[in-house]
Amino acid sequence: MAASVRCFLRSGKVRHYSLNGYCYMMVRDALNQAMDEELERDERVFLLGEEVAQYDGAYKVSRGLWKKYGDKRIMDTPITEMGFTGIAVGAAMAGLRPICEFMTFNFSMQAIDQVINSAAKTYYMSAGRQSVPIVFRGPNGASAGVGAQHSQCFAAWYASCPGLKVVSPWSAEDAKGLLKSAIRDDNPVVFLENELMYGVPFEMSEESQSKDFTIPIGKAKVERQGTHVTLATHSRYVSFCLDAAAVLAKEGIECEVINLRTIRPLDVECIETSVMKTNHLVTVEGGWPQFGVGAEICARIMEGPAFNYLDAPATRVTGVDIPMPYAKILEDNSLPQIKDIIFSIKKTLNV
Amino acid sequence: MKNMLTTISNALCRITGRNVLLIDLSEYVNVTSLATPTLAQTLRQPPKPPPVGPRAPAAAQLVSAQTDRLDGPGTSVVVSRSFADFTSQATFDIKKCDVHRLEEAPPLKAELTRDQGLQYYRVMQTVRRMELKADQLYKQKIIRGFCHLYDGQEACAVGIEAAINPSDHLITAYRAHGYTYTRGIAVKEILAELTGRKGGVAKGKGGSMHMYAPHFYGGNGIVGAQVPLGAGIALACQYQGNNQVCVSLYGDGAANQGQLFEAFNMAALWKLPCVFVCENNKYGMGTSVERASASTDYYKRGDYIPGIRVDGMDVLCVREATRFAADHCRSGKGPIIMELQTYRYHGHSMSDPGVSYRTRDEIQEVRSKSDPITMLKERMLSNNMASVEEFKEIDVAIRKEVEEAAQFATSDPEPPLEELCNHLFSNDLPLEVRGTNPWVQLKSVS
Repeated sequence: MAASVRCFLRSGKVRHYSLNGYCYMMVRDALNQAMDEELERDERVFLLGEEVAQYDGAYKVSRGLWKKYGDKRIMDTPITEMGFTGIAVGAAMAGLRPICEFMTFNFSMQAIDQVINSAAKTYYMSAGRQSVPIVFRGPNGASAGVGAQHSQCFAAWYASCPGLKVVSPWSAEDAKGLLKSAIRDDNPVVFLENELMYGVPFEMSEESQSKDFTIPIGKAKVERQGTHVTLATHSRYVSFCLDAAAVLAKEGIECEVINLRTIRPLDVECIETSVMKTNHLVTVEGGWPQFGVGAEICARIMEGPAFNYLDAPATRVTGVDIPMPYAKILEDNSLPQIKDIIFSIKKTLNV
Repeated sequence: MKNMLTTISNALCRITGRNVLLIDLSEYVNVTSLATPTLAQTLRQPPKPPPVGPRAPAAAQLVSAQTDRLDGPGTSVVVSRSFADFTSQATFDIKKCDVHRLEEAPPLKAELTRDQGLQYYRVMQTVRRMELKADQLYKQKIIRGFCHLYDGQEACAVGIEAAINPSDHLITAYRAHGYTYTRGIAVKEILAELTGRKGGVAKGKGGSMHMYAPHFYGGNGIVGAQVPLGAGIALACQYQGNNQVCVSLYGDGAANQGQLFEAFNMAALWKLPCVFVCENNKYGMGTSVERASASTDYYKRGDYIPGIRVDGMDVLCVREATRFAADHCRSGKGPIIMELQTYRYHGHSMSDPGVSYRTRDEIQEVRSKSDPITMLKERMLSNNMASVEEFKEIDVAIRKEVEEAAQFATSDPEPPLEELCNHLFSNDLPLEVRGTNPWVQLKSVS
């Protein structure tokens, strides 16, 4: 009871509910709370992007922030990604701590030069004289019925760049803790959210309700212990993997599900430890297969001690290697489904 | 902190010609974090003052002594004629600036004191000699990769610096060596960066286009990208309410970039204190302005943003216009565009001879009629503000400084391999970085 009252008081206008004494929060509200707390904590933090202020956020992630903090801290920008991203990076160079929102990461392509060349590489090129404390955040990957130009996953592209940190939360707790860490980090962080997860509620632990709750960047989390196969995944596909694991448990196959949380730097040790226990690896992601997150994980496992523990080649479950189609049946078959994950696991285990 | 104050003090000395003691610059020192150990390297060696000549009367010493200590830059100068012989201040007519959407314009007259004149001369000549030395080193293959030289355009860098404060901010593109100097970095550190040595301003990791200093954000390799960055720095100034401005430079080639117009829009919308400066040197690489731009009135290209077109070969004109522009921004009126009409003697970069798209005659004509250093010198001589010998002595001192800097730049060791992976992240725990093969695990510290 106390927990739920506290949860209510803390959240204020944020949508949440308590059930059986546990506090639940949707991912979007966890993100909102993270930004609210960091805006309050440090005057240098500010948010800019399209529709973040008066519209309350295109996906309502920044709801209420403009009313609370005003024009100076929450800035609506014109539809000029390259310009406002450059402005955000410049502001970070000159001492502020911007949160630069892309309405979706597809639009970040217009500004990718500023993210990579002006933000990511600068600390190195200046031999440590010039840091760029900035967070680039927004929804990444497929949505529902938005077509090819609005459905791309950018995890692999950004994660290949040294000087960037790339974070991909799954749960509300991940979202809150990782966003707070990202904002407090003195380096450029690409924070990949997922539109389809915004409205999903998750239990929030006691600890996560503190204003100083952060989750370290670069550490994965084992969401489910298992012994037969390691599933390494991120973002929305953690849910799919857990569902697949529940189905397979009935057949006596125990899956260990690793929520990567951070794509760069990748927590290879966590995956290796798990593979050395289960002897089988399946990676699951929504992005395209070629040169993707799964490809990187497989390469790293091959290069490390866990290779000798594999009883079968590692398998990648990915999006289909095509631009995203529109028709529902086509779209559904362009992304991994639970049955695809189950099928891949069984093939890997040779059952 | 103390080292940073010294660097700022040195930059101020260089421009004002006086040894200014800045007691507390805490309002200038902003939150940009700089690793403390590297600050020690930013201390510029001030040029040793030339020895006092045998005929220097006591009165001449008084001139220098009155402002400050004798060991600072710009304080003691050899005089072979007595102080009473020289005009201490003169007013010069400067070219009228064309204006766009402005009721007023920069003044038509500029005042110049003897000290200022000598200081501007010294700085411009240092930039000139430094760039020519870089040319020499590049031809000897000691400098490699990109090298974009600034000779011919010195009046722009020096004029701008003379009109702004060290606490203001500046960002430019790749033709940045001159600005790196005016913003406070020693010649030897600039040359050592060009030669890729550990004594370079970026420890050899940046190169020609990536040099940084306090309130100087480089050195940017991607054409046009620095302009939105500059608008962002101006946003930070506005946000922090510190009355500082940001000077954001670009060339005539970059003037057509879309991101500039995006930056102009937001700067005007939010009234950012940003002075956008177009250094129009008539050629974007090998393409003349007429062949690249539908409108070559770069000072008007901001449309709703007021603009001034300035003679960029006259350091006084640049200074007056920059003062005017900075005042405009500081008074909260929003951004302003300044087009400096200037010229570069070298080609676009060292791999461009610079004569395939323009004639040698044209280059020669600018050199003989509009050279910024010659113009200043002649102004001062014809108004009896200094003697020929004085200028010669300054030249000798500068030549020596640049020679010593080149010596350093060629003899300093390259950065150690242990540095390879450092400076990936700021304020982070050490991490491992993958090398060229899986067995090479390299260490990276912040």
